[in-house]
Amino acid sequence: MLKPMETQTAQPSAAADPAPPLETIRLQPTKGFSRVLAPRELWRYRDLAAQIALRDITVRYRQTFLGGAWAVLQPVGFMVVFSVIFGNVAGISSNGLPYPLFSLAALVPWTFFSSALLLGSDSLVSNSALVSKIYFPRIFMPAGVVVAGFVDLAIAIVILLIVVFAWGYAPSVAILALPLLVLIAAAATLGVSAALSAINVRYRDVRYIVPFGVQLWLFVSPVVYPSSSIEEPWRTLSALNPMVGVVEGFRWATLGTGDAPWDLIGISALAAAILFVAGLAYFDRVERAFADFV
Amino acid sequence: MADPTAIEIQGLGKRYALGLSRRGYGTLREAIVEAARRPLRRQPRKRSEADQLWALKDVSATIEKGEVVGLIGHNGAGKSTLLKILSRITEPSTGHADVTGRVGSLLEVGTGFHPELTGRENVFLNGSILGMRKSEIRKRFDEIVEFAEIERFLDTPVKRYSSGMSVRLAFAVAAHLDPEILLVDEVLAVGDAAFQRKSLGKMSEVATKGRTIVFVSHNLAIIQALCERGILLERGRIVNDGPVEATVNRYLAGLERSATADLLEREDRDGRSWLNSMISRVAIRDESGAHPDIVMGGRPVTIEVEVTEVLPALECRITIANSLGQPVTSFDSEVSAPADTRGAGTGSLVECELPSLPLAPGRYRIDVVLKARNQIQDGLQAAAFFDVEPGLIGGRPMPPAGAAGSVVLPHSWRLP
Repeated sequence: MLKPMETQTAQPSAAADPAPPLETIRLQPTKGFSRVLAPRELWRYRDLAAQIALRDITVRYRQTFLGGAWAVLQPVGFMVVFSVIFGNVAGISSNGLPYPLFSLAALVPWTFFSSALLLGSDSLVSNSALVSKIYFPRIFMPAGVVVAGFVDLAIAIVILLIVVFAWGYAPSVAILALPLLVLIAAAATLGVSAALSAINVRYRDVRYIVPFGVQLWLFVSPVVYPSSSIEEPWRTLSALNPMVGVVEGFRWATLGTGDAPWDLIGISALAAAILFVAGLAYFDRVERAFADFV
Repeated sequence: MADPTAIEIQGLGKRYALGLSRRGYGTLREAIVEAARRPLRRQPRKRSEADQLWALKDVSATIEKGEVVGLIGHNGAGKSTLLKILSRITEPSTGHADVTGRVGSLLEVGTGFHPELTGRENVFLNGSILGMRKSEIRKRFDEIVEFAEIERFLDTPVKRYSSGMSVRLAFAVAAHLDPEILLVDEVLAVGDAAFQRKSLGKMSEVATKGRTIVFVSHNLAIIQALCERGILLERGRIVNDGPVEATVNRYLAGLERSATADLLEREDRDGRSWLNSMISRVAIRDESGAHPDIVMGGRPVTIEVEVTEVLPALECRITIANSLGQPVTSFDSEVSAPADTRGAGTGSLVECELPSLPLAPGRYRIDVVLKARNQIQDGLQAAAFFDVEPGLIGGRPMPPAGAAGSVVLPHSWRLP
């Protein structure tokens, strides 16, 4: 389904200067934060960043029969299961919405988050051959996973909107908030998966913790239930989990009903920003030792 | 440019914590216990000297632009660590190195390959991993494909390539990157002979174009052919830095010294020390057995390898190399023949018998690798040296030392 890599990005090809000024780089023991937070360094390797993201996208569904359909099957499959179990059997409230719609609108951002977290936390270890043999800003590994996840997310959002229209609903102007919600989700995902991938280099325990943790995280996020069923002040406090604001925001933005949960979105955005900065800062601190441990 | 220095190394050192590298991974539990105990200790976090290994210590050198430098040394002497620091894979613990210009490193060919991607996609991925701009890759794409000889398989996933094909493609990408400084680690030991020759030609072509090259190889002949300057590392320190001939000679002299020392004392071994069968003695003798390290060409000889523990499924590979480190021939017990025996009362001795030693007179060395349970237990380069005295082969006297080649084969003539 994807064309060969070289045609994928139309990068402005920086014409190779005949005599670029040579730069001297000093290699020495470093302290504190110096790597991830070095924009020039990241820019220097921008082509590699693009290639790694492309590789992650291209490879994801190679040699699978259904290909990109997996991006949709997973949330849709959960939607069916959740509708039967939580919607019908357990009779959980869905704020008056059809339960399938209610859960699908939440599962779309949730699937983005959970699969990026699973793949991202393993990204440094599964690419250990690269990490121990070649220099590049290591943050590209978890970041590439998140960027590749955008493709799946885009496909899933399209399907979600089709389902919404087919059910006779229509998103309001609130849909314009989607990019903001995606940004919050991406920031939280990258922050958490960068930190986990860094810990994974030293302690492979992460491999076992993450799949388990992601499942727990699903149930502390309002995916199968509405956050309105939580009593205050816990409802507001729960938004410290960035996925609370993202999930409730997705429902509001795509289903065109209900009030804007700006309180949740605001708190979640703040929490996501903190996770993002803290995750990258931790990554930065330990990055220098990756090649010695991976 | 006013300053032609490419690499300026000042007091560079790299320290590894031994405890961890020996145990493999630390576990999270250990880290938590450690963290909990830390405040209770008198000297927190201070590792004792015994727990540390200085893979590099006080290394200083200046490499001018356009120099081709060979790094020589035993296993574990710090060659690869130095290259890893220069290519920014790992940070030094002390000192610093100033590197001017773009660095391309070939620490292992093809590491950036992804098996699911096609050859074409991998050229782009690998090229940018090695530091090429996309526009450059596109410009040199045809050249790369032609060099690798894989035109027909460009759109096949690399996992379906033969190992020869992927190595050729990997080297082709690497050889066409055009950095000011190229770091090369033992990459020419890959591919078939014809491709090796081609790669070597490419390397010397790059060398003549004014690029700075730092080159690591165990093959001293290649080092001598490519480099004008040699740096000898021993236990993480530079012990010789000068013209390549002088450095190679110093290295060879050191090898001979270590071969005569107790093999169990040597630290430049391959293998995993926790699996515990080690090579304790290596010798070659002919039937007279009079002089253990002097044998006569054309006569039956036995190479003996004594091991500290006889593990199940023990296998042994012996390589005979000439005095420049170029392999002449090798014997591998994993490739078995009906005449081989196992458990037939040789004790802790592995014996390899040759009905007739077809080596030309000269000095040779023996490299040994010991395997068991499908893992390398121990490996020693230059475990022993021996001299071959001219003898008879097929009833004919051998040519004197210094004649062409290292082998002498039985033959006969029919003259008009």
